[in-house]
Amino acid sequence: MTSRPPVLSVRGLSVRFLMPGGRRIAAVTDAHFDVAAGECLALIGESGCGKSVLASALLGLLPANAQAAGEARLGCLDLLTADERTLARRVRGRLIGLIPQSPAAHLTPVRTVRSQLEETVAALTGTRGRAAVRVASETAAERAAFPTGHLDSHPHELSGGLAQRAATALALVGGAPLLLADEPTTGLDRDLVDHTVDELRRHVDSDDHEDGTGRALLMITHDLMAAERIADRVAVMYAGRIVELTDARTFFGTPGPRHPYSRGLLQALPQRAFTPVPGMPPELGDLPDGCAFAPRCERASEACTALPSMSGQVACHHPHVPEDLRA
Amino acid sequence: MLELRAITAGYHTKAPVVRGASLTVAPGESVGLLGPSGCGKSTLARVAALLHRPDSGTLLLDGEPVRSWRHRAPRAQRTAFGVVFQQPRLSADPRLRLTDLIAEPLRATGRRGGIEERVCELAASVGLTPDLLDRRPHEVSDGQLQRACLARALALRPRWLICDEMTAMLDASTTAALVAAVEDYRATSGAGLLAVGHDQVLLDRWCDRTIHWEDVTGRTTPTTGRLPQASGRRQPSVVPPAGER
Repeated sequence: MTSRPPVLSVRGLSVRFLMPGGRRIAAVTDAHFDVAAGECLALIGESGCGKSVLASALLGLLPANAQAAGEARLGCLDLLTADERTLARRVRGRLIGLIPQSPAAHLTPVRTVRSQLEETVAALTGTRGRAAVRVASETAAERAAFPTGHLDSHPHELSGGLAQRAATALALVGGAPLLLADEPTTGLDRDLVDHTVDELRRHVDSDDHEDGTGRALLMITHDLMAAERIADRVAVMYAGRIVELTDARTFFGTPGPRHPYSRGLLQALPQRAFTPVPGMPPELGDLPDGCAFAPRCERASEACTALPSMSGQVACHHPHVPEDLRA
Repeated sequence: MLELRAITAGYHTKAPVVRGASLTVAPGESVGLLGPSGCGKSTLARVAALLHRPDSGTLLLDGEPVRSWRHRAPRAQRTAFGVVFQQPRLSADPRLRLTDLIAEPLRATGRRGGIEERVCELAASVGLTPDLLDRRPHEVSDGQLQRACLARALALRPRWLICDEMTAMLDASTTAALVAAVEDYRATSGAGLLAVGHDQVLLDRWCDRTIHWEDVTGRTTPTTGRLPQASGRRQPSVVPPAGER
């Protein structure tokens, strides 16, 4: 899986928001990761840790007061330096398909799913002619398992699961090699979550993409159970930094994650200890110089006043070592 | 004792969302009510919290039948309930600083003295740090705002807590922290809890007992208002059950 060339390669991505009064908010700091074709990388962390800002940066949708630095390569294109014209004409929908957080809100409320799908097909593919567009949009609906009988429904007539599939169908139209799912399961009940992630997984695995390799999926979520179900690799984000990047099976199984924060997150699950990580995440505008997690960490020591660097898979001065069976 | 007997409630009298639902919460007991999205469990929770007048059925509060709902309910009954809703953004006035948000029930019931100390105490009990109290809702995260909403629900020391999908929007750590705050309050106050949700693992872990929606309404088909997955159109919210009433 890692032998495949990455579809998306992010190197040292940082995003700063400039606030009135000269304050700077460090939303994302020095993120490094790759996503390959046929692979799902889950980016997990508490709300407000900078996950969605990272997604907006990749799509060039940051607000005007944000500054992005570093590099995010998609093929031969650097997403961070691309101009709006390139982003609009080549990237959004064509190279990156976005599966939004709340599909019911993402769809246009006053138009039917068919009309939105046909517009997308006409805009993103070379299909011309009413009949051809109609057929192509029905094919697109089928690909996302959206029943064609409901194409003439308006978004408010759809259940959560169907709205999710309509949004997925729209994201798949352009044949983008990279899918970006931003909290696709928030607020859905467990059956629907399982269903949604299984379908996303199917689009990662299916080789209907033009070069027969399947798609790459970057899924941003705070739902650890959904991440466990779908991901090949897991990146844990804390206070704007990726603190651990590891194989999903190791992370959720044995020996488990190595960063104390990742371990705390897993232990908060009702299936496990159900104990919260003490305290709250720090303010992104007022981060300490050293490890941002140190104030909440039971392993913190003098060393943690210096910023830990990413060594191997974890950025921590006192990571759990695999031999540490007690922990 | 909080008893709901044969409650029928909804938003159109011809198509009630909840039909014939019965449910009992003993003092100090925690009951989880489990059901899929759209089945009507939130409506039932609103009835139990005196926020929605049922079309028929009886609500008994410590043996006394409740006769009026919402603002018509006597203050002693209204303030016996603390309610936490699913979406903190929609249940918090965007103009209020968190400290005023938490103090709102205290002011609304005419308490003048000691508001500041009480707010500090409440904020500490839900894990809010003092620097957050001066902010308005748009300046804090969902998790922080939900902590404030829980503090607000606890402000009048309710005997009953109704948590309607309190943690559905939150991450695992914040969920565990909020549940711990609710349980701390219940341990010191002996309050009863009705927690509504769709996450069985969470409710089983949190509550003394978990009941399924079908058992509450006494029907076997859970398809009542279940938003269909395979068929897209929202059905009329209730299919009249055979052989009822």
